[in-house]
Amino acid sequence: MRKASWFNIGSVALGLAFLYLPIVILVIYSFNGSRLVTVWGGWSTRWYAELLNDSALLESAWVTLRIALLSATVATVLGTLAAIALVRFGRFRGRMLFSGMIYAPLVMPEVITGLSLLLLFVASDIDRGFWTITFAHTTLTACFVTVVVQSRLLTFDTSLEEAAMDLGCPPLRTFLAVTLPLIAPALASGWMLAFTLSLDDLVIASFTTGPGATTLPIRIYSQVRLGVKPEINAICSIMIAVVATGIVAASLLTKFHDVGRDSVGAVAVK
Amino acid sequence: MAGTVGGGGVQNRTWGARLVVLVPYLWLIVFFLVPFLIVMKISLSQTAIAQPPYTPVFDPAAGWEGLKAFVAGLSFENYAFIAADWLYLSSYLKSLEVAACSTALLLLIGFPLAYGIARAPRRWQPALFVLVVLPFWTSFLIRIYAWVNILQRDGLLNQVLLALRIVDEPPAWLSTDTAVYIGIVYSYLPFMVLPIYATLEKMDETLVEAAADLGCPWWKAFWLVTLPLSLPGVVAGAVLCFIPIVGEFVIPDLLGSSQTMMIGQTLWTEFFANRDWPVASAVAVVLLCLLVVPLAVYQQMQARYAGGGR
Repeated sequence: MRKASWFNIGSVALGLAFLYLPIVILVIYSFNGSRLVTVWGGWSTRWYAELLNDSALLESAWVTLRIALLSATVATVLGTLAAIALVRFGRFRGRMLFSGMIYAPLVMPEVITGLSLLLLFVASDIDRGFWTITFAHTTLTACFVTVVVQSRLLTFDTSLEEAAMDLGCPPLRTFLAVTLPLIAPALASGWMLAFTLSLDDLVIASFTTGPGATTLPIRIYSQVRLGVKPEINAICSIMIAVVATGIVAASLLTKFHDVGRDSVGAVAVK
Repeated sequence: MAGTVGGGGVQNRTWGARLVVLVPYLWLIVFFLVPFLIVMKISLSQTAIAQPPYTPVFDPAAGWEGLKAFVAGLSFENYAFIAADWLYLSSYLKSLEVAACSTALLLLIGFPLAYGIARAPRRWQPALFVLVVLPFWTSFLIRIYAWVNILQRDGLLNQVLLALRIVDEPPAWLSTDTAVYIGIVYSYLPFMVLPIYATLEKMDETLVEAAADLGCPWWKAFWLVTLPLSLPGVVAGAVLCFIPIVGEFVIPDLLGSSQTMMIGQTLWTEFFANRDWPVASAVAVVLLCLLVVPLAVYQQMQARYAGGGR
């Protein structure tokens, strides 16, 4: 039945080439020996070596990593709770507002989210820096985690839980012993998604940052505005490698198909 | 629903179950709803050379009189200012134009891609699906930066065009609308492909075969059967792309020209360069009002999805 027509093969091949070529070119040029980014000067790892001497950049990388780890973890807890509330609690007072606050941040232009959070931090007189970025990222990414976990809970066979409860298992224990292990893959992909979103974010971090908390995207952005440099190619290639490793690790833990499907597929309505 | 874990049904909700709702609920109220109310309030204030740089500042200690003075200090001046200045109006129009055009482009490119994947042999589909999702995981900023590399004056694209003798003079790609469209289509393509793929994958192919058996040409079968059935996915993809593109900042800033700014850039400059927080807030509120209709459509879709209508 399923014969691949030339039109289908062509559109898929072209689409994928469009998606991947720029990234491949970037990685290749990060190994360019020449200082001029547009002239090929032979293979070299010199820009990677130079990164190690850039203490400001390393400091930024460390801050970014800490923010991403912390906010992804808190967001996973919050998002899972929210997903359980949305799927299992049926109608409760204020459900409309609640689901609105979950879904709106997913598509809300980042400049609006960033501006509003900054004004909150200013109004409540909080010193801006590491913690304000972490709170901002937690809020945004928790919504993504909610959608990922929610899609898992919707396809979930509740008879296993019912069996446990019928046999006298209390609700909390049923949750920990039956539900949690079953939705664990969704939690893992939700965490991964939250982690990469936080690692990646420029706009919200720019609004909510303060002295001493220059994240990697903020630093890269300020350098890119001045022009293309081989060092940036190198740092970008490292970030791509880190994320790719994370995806491969996640795919070994869960079924690869599910990782992708749960994350983006859930955000896009099925 | 009654008797499920965590919920415990409507009738016997324990404090633990209440906490499950309450914790994320309060978090979102504090970090999502309250900030919006603050934005609305500040959009009605005036700029001041002070910390914070706007007046009036509400002082709870002043009591009722303080509140009255505070309310009296609010005004719609910033909105009048935005409406009167062509800069803001053209920014809004530019953003809507770019978002509409790039959503159309995304549909033109995304639909064949989604269709190709959905009609590929079953065993290839998971791999192809992952290949489309994967770029979404790599940094957004990095992907845009990759295009800066390619599109700059002596970048790879011009080198190839010159080598192939397609052009004699290297054309400028950066700081043009073309570059912005390339960047947007590149970044948002997965968001367009996935919902369309999801609907096409579920579609019953025998319907198209039936149409063909009855003598319907393939293009007519596509128009009358495939397209209407994939419409939910098309609408989802379009809304999912359109809303964030309107407020896009990074792509037009790095790839576009500084002549006509998109509204995200205007807001950014108003805030960071001019330090005019009240006007920036008013710009944000108006932007939000523009997005109310697509946001409502999106909300409706998500609610249906969450209701279990997969």
